[in-house]
Amino acid sequence: MAISDLEVLELEAIANTLRQDIIRMLVSVGSGHAGGPLGMAEVFAALYFHVMKHDPKNPFWDERDRLILSNGHICAVRYAAMARSGYFPVEELLTYRKINSRLQGHPHNLSLPGLENTGGPLGQGLSQAVGRCIAGRLDGKKYRVFCGMSDGEHNEGQTWEALMFAGNRKLRNLTTLMDRNNIQIDGHTEDIFPLEPLKEKYDAIKWHVIEIDGHNVRQIIEACDEAKAIYEKPTAIICHTIPGKGVDYMENNYEWHGKAPTKEQGDIALEQLKAEGERIQKEIGGLSKA
Amino acid sequence: MHLVESLFSKDIKKAATRDGYGEAVMELGEADPNVMVLSGDLTESTRTLKFSKKFPERYVEAGVAEQNMAGMAAGLAFEGKIPFVSSFAVFSPGRNWDQIRVSICYSKANVKIAGSHTGLITGGDGATHQALEDIAMTRCLPNMVVLAPCDSIETKKATIAAAKHQGPVYIRFARDKTPVFTTPETPFEIGKALVLRNGEDASIIACGTMVYPALQASEELSKEGFSVRVVNNPSIKPIDVDTIVACARDTGAIVTAEEHQIYGGLGGAVAEVLTTNRPVPQEIVGVMDTFGESGEPKELLQKYGLTVEHIVSAVKKAIERKAEGFGVRKAV
Repeated sequence: MAISDLEVLELEAIANTLRQDIIRMLVSVGSGHAGGPLGMAEVFAALYFHVMKHDPKNPFWDERDRLILSNGHICAVRYAAMARSGYFPVEELLTYRKINSRLQGHPHNLSLPGLENTGGPLGQGLSQAVGRCIAGRLDGKKYRVFCGMSDGEHNEGQTWEALMFAGNRKLRNLTTLMDRNNIQIDGHTEDIFPLEPLKEKYDAIKWHVIEIDGHNVRQIIEACDEAKAIYEKPTAIICHTIPGKGVDYMENNYEWHGKAPTKEQGDIALEQLKAEGERIQKEIGGLSKA
Repeated sequence: MHLVESLFSKDIKKAATRDGYGEAVMELGEADPNVMVLSGDLTESTRTLKFSKKFPERYVEAGVAEQNMAGMAAGLAFEGKIPFVSSFAVFSPGRNWDQIRVSICYSKANVKIAGSHTGLITGGDGATHQALEDIAMTRCLPNMVVLAPCDSIETKKATIAAAKHQGPVYIRFARDKTPVFTTPETPFEIGKALVLRNGEDASIIACGTMVYPALQASEELSKEGFSVRVVNNPSIKPIDVDTIVACARDTGAIVTAEEHQIYGGLGGAVAEVLTTNRPVPQEIVGVMDTFGESGEPKELLQKYGLTVEHIVSAVKKAIERKAEGFGVRKAV
């Protein structure tokens, strides 16, 4: 489905809001992951506010699209997208990682309605997504299964077990969105445990591969549309992203993979993000007038 | 009680416990369209070949990839399926424990893990394929039910009970043929142990393939004038605290017997119940913190201390400790 320039800008504005939420959540608890969630803000804005069929008021709706988050550590962005789309009050975001919270540091399916899986130990999500695809096909259901993944978790053997299985079984109802941000905890992916050539690996095991700029909302949406149209294969969307996107001192710095900004650092981050938010609003205003 | 006639006949019928599993999944497949079987390239060995032929659309050949198999099972369960994950216990739960912990137990996925080829009686394949640690690694997991049925008939009942239970279940069974001494009428319930033979001097609490030798040991001991209770304890978790405490109260001495390491298995589970409820002397018959090796089942059981004679001497030792006044400080 075609998307207008205005809709693109509106989704960019949402992504900007998610980023501000993420910073507030991390500062509030003093721990968590910054790099991945900030880098995936456009992808989650696009999924929750345009691509996925879902109903925040009815999280167990049988026909909903399923979003499995395999790299559970980036859950801050998912929680923010869920709160902003109406699954729970936005204030609850500040309970993230705190005692008695529904927003666990790594997401727990039973803690919060709308989470489809428990994720954290890398490599486990895609297998669950595959299981849901098999069930959906068996029962003749129309839902799509999306799986958010990291590049780092392609170190795990289980990821490749699941990828090969899905390719062999031609699971066309499966679409993965890989956060190709080139970092993992110890450094750059190509220094730690090189993954390239990635596209060729996916091609060889019978996946349809689309490479996009993971910050380009239009590309994200078009790739998801293309995945829907591919009938013979599962689709991997490799989203090239900048970890820490939107906060200058975090961008492309792997040291921000798994830590939270201090109050002062957070204020600087929010200042930068708010400026970007205002820029997007101005553009929206300009477009609306035209 | 509840057992076949001519229990100690040399001609007692034998069957592999895995056969009971295969029969049960067939019955379950007929009765419930949500029942599925996943196999890790071990369809014949885990006795799921018939199921795969009868219900090909509900059978998933997962290949030699146990971690993905466990995760797929979780995904299937969240969509309302009742998946039975079939493999050797050394591989599942052996190689996919983290997946079972996170994707299945923590997530309360309604997945059943069936581990075949447990115990030394796996035989010639050797130590790599003889699961002796699987009870320990599953019973420590929250939300998990752990079942170790004693013969092929009880394995069938345990499998059917697992399907009815909402939540993760691990069932362990074995490759080699062992005596079929229970009947279709013998009671089976998750969380319950069953007294098979009464006695007052000591109690043997056993699971799996060691229950029949426990009965034989009790019979031998009766010839020497000892009255020894035998309890079949297939439900390792949840464990039947009442029956175990009653054994301690009534007989004052306990012996556990299992084809598993002495650490972390049934012996450990019973010891946990006793120490927190009614401490009495306990002897643990099991594999003594070592790996097995290739050999005939009978030879292995002899070499690693899992025969009727080993149970008999453990019972005598427990009775002796009771007589010495367990827990009473002796004057030096």
